[in-house]
Amino acid sequence: MVTHENGGGHGQHQPPSGFIRKYIFSVDHKVIGIQYLCLALFSVFLGMGLSALMRLHLAWPTTHWFFFTGGLMTPEQYLALVTMHGTIMIFMVLTTAPQSGFGNYFLPIQIGAADMAFPVINMMSFWTTFVSLMVMVAAFFVAGGAPIGGWTSYPPLSALGEITGPGQGAGETLWIVGLAIFCAASLMGALNFITTLIDLRAKGMTLGRLPLTCWTWLVTAILGLLAFGVLLAACILLLLDRIAGTSFFIPGGLVITDQVITWHKGGSPLLWQHLFWFFGHPEVYIAILPGMGVASHLLSTFSRKPVFGYRAMVGAVCGIGFLGFCVWGHHMFVSGMSPYSAFAFSILTMTIGVPSAIKTFNWLGTIWGGKIQFNCAMLFALGFVSLFVSGGLSGLFLAQPSLDLYLHDTYFVIAHFHLIMGVAAIFGMFAGMYFWFPKMFGRFLNEGIGKVHFWITFIGVYCIFMPMHFLGLAGHPRRYFDASAVTFLQKLQPVHVFITYAAFITIAVQFLFLFNVIWSLFAGKEAKEENPWHATTLEWSIPSPPPHDNFGGLEPIVYHGPYEFSVPGAADDFIPQHLAPNLVRKA
Amino acid sequence: MTVVSVYFFWAKVWWYPPAINDLGKEIDSQFVRTFLITGIVFVAAQLGLAYAIFKFRDRGQKATYFEGNNTMEIVWTLATIVLFVGLGLYARNAWAEVHFMGASPGALQIEVTGQQFVWNFRYAGPDGKFGREKPELVSASTGNPVGLDPTDPASKDDIVSPTIAVPAGREVELIIRSQDVTHSFFVRELRLKQDAVPGMEIHMHFTANDPGDYEIVCSQLCGLGHYRMHSILTVMSETDFEKWMKDQEAANQ
Repeated sequence: MVTHENGGGHGQHQPPSGFIRKYIFSVDHKVIGIQYLCLALFSVFLGMGLSALMRLHLAWPTTHWFFFTGGLMTPEQYLALVTMHGTIMIFMVLTTAPQSGFGNYFLPIQIGAADMAFPVINMMSFWTTFVSLMVMVAAFFVAGGAPIGGWTSYPPLSALGEITGPGQGAGETLWIVGLAIFCAASLMGALNFITTLIDLRAKGMTLGRLPLTCWTWLVTAILGLLAFGVLLAACILLLLDRIAGTSFFIPGGLVITDQVITWHKGGSPLLWQHLFWFFGHPEVYIAILPGMGVASHLLSTFSRKPVFGYRAMVGAVCGIGFLGFCVWGHHMFVSGMSPYSAFAFSILTMTIGVPSAIKTFNWLGTIWGGKIQFNCAMLFALGFVSLFVSGGLSGLFLAQPSLDLYLHDTYFVIAHFHLIMGVAAIFGMFAGMYFWFPKMFGRFLNEGIGKVHFWITFIGVYCIFMPMHFLGLAGHPRRYFDASAVTFLQKLQPVHVFITYAAFITIAVQFLFLFNVIWSLFAGKEAKEENPWHATTLEWSIPSPPPHDNFGGLEPIVYHGPYEFSVPGAADDFIPQHLAPNLVRKA
Repeated sequence: MTVVSVYFFWAKVWWYPPAINDLGKEIDSQFVRTFLITGIVFVAAQLGLAYAIFKFRDRGQKATYFEGNNTMEIVWTLATIVLFVGLGLYARNAWAEVHFMGASPGALQIEVTGQQFVWNFRYAGPDGKFGREKPELVSASTGNPVGLDPTDPASKDDIVSPTIAVPAGREVELIIRSQDVTHSFFVRELRLKQDAVPGMEIHMHFTANDPGDYEIVCSQLCGLGHYRMHSILTVMSETDFEKWMKDQEAANQ
């Protein structure tokens, strides 16, 4: 082990000895990080299972399957799948794994801290998230089933109870309560991340020496702090509309299946949309920013080159974070909102393409002239860049209100956001998993299985989502249980069948990944070295897996920037951040 | 390796149908502009990535050391600003035409009402006035889906139809509303989509040129029958339209 100089640290800590304190209600950020990753892993397979059922139905709507009552899926079952797939994937996977999972584990280590600033709050935020998942999943098992209002849950459909459809009764209530609990958990997490990063950086870890992963975790936490508070408020108002007879989102004079709603008046359905998307758009960046951080980190490490334009990268991350709060209206071009503000939102949205493009150029600049090593982690990071470009460019269509008039709420939108915030973000997580697994568990994931996993997933997701652009161009609306009621949709059926085959193959390969994880935990190649990738950041200066308090009671001192690869005059092609200048071997 | 992904864009089998109004054609040309720009950027970025991956693969060489280049950062920042924001500003015209300008005074007004899971269209009838509607009179089962108030003389000649007919070449103003939850009125060939929001009356206008039948679908999730909330827009010549109107009035008596 590299010995860290003691920069005025505190004594060594021992982990708690009891099983429950050590593994269940642990306050160790590493255990909590792994707990979050397990929660996300469970959720991602659940969410994927729901999407598999949807794809099965969309491809062969009239085929009987033994697992549906009566052999066929009902419209309310389909919409429940739509709602729960979206909710679980966005909140329980895309929000938890990259930030609360990897961030929890590696942010304190990368900045040289022994733990998060508030370990107990950290534990609470995990267990609150766990309760939230349980409450949401419970919606499947109540009378009426899970809600059918989509993950956006627009009122009045979501505000009036069972009268608007099955699943809108107890299921919808559980959904809202679950989401509100999740908001509370995320607020605690965000506060913890920001405080940790600002207060607990080791000596010498200036902001300019922060790894880009930490920058993205910081900006994501700030976004979370500002966005989840608004969603929490919106959820509470919606809940009051449902159970306390208030009318925040419900206008007067509604008639539902010939029944006049007399007890509500004066509310505005658009208010919910504003509140929801004020959260919802930053949420996209909450999902994708950590992926950008991991991609930048890995492209640099495995090209053996510094990140191209570090300052520009930091600026772009902050720019995306800031602009992310100014563009929510582009989800509402056809909502009846003022057309003038729609136009302003449109221009702001086009502007957000600029920092995104800067990042892409800088990624290309980072690998340009490098010495690229193709391990699984790097392949997924490169795949991330490719998917980010593909998913980002379709945003230029949707950002223009006149084009959005046609494309809004069609499969084009599904293709766009799945590529960019779904699959690209998940590629960022896979990259992080292959990269950090040896540090977390002391064993490597199997590279051979990993490469099969990468290639089939990479080609598979393009085969799933590229054709969806064409469905959207043909005008196929989202959230349609059955396309046979509309003439122009009938000829699109072969596309649905193709997508379903591609989805099933891609899903099957994810089980290979699961197998790889479980097998490698026990029988993977051992990571004997502390720094098998010859990386520079602090997590590679301590044993794998790291001891309870990360640095053995010492406080590391940082002397270098995060990406000093192939520095002229140095013997090795990497200079770890903690290596004192006099210890750097000269060429 | 990443080149694989580039192939997917070239098939053009499933595309949007031809537009039947001038606005639609304008939107299409903006679409083509956007498509060309994004297409070029897409191909260039993916091929650039593929080229860099191939060229700089590990063959035992030493990586070159450079930390960035401010001139290049400024150049590509400015270039993307001009390109993206320019494209956005360019798109203004088509948007302004639908939304900034109201319909001309002589436009044919039709009220569109969405409800779970049908569309209803109301014409003012010979008197040119929409009669009063009351929520408590709404009764789809007894043939009064929009709740016309029979005590208001202006509502006597109002025509309510589950499909919509419009004369070709004449401006139509739609007054879009909803009785229960949010729906969305979407006609592909008009390139128009507008949410029908309960509590709001949203105005939209268009002039359709080509006679024919066009499908109307709902494109905002409105409940379990969302997928079958469907109707037909018929664009007909002025004389056919007058005849259609007469038939409706006769049926209304």
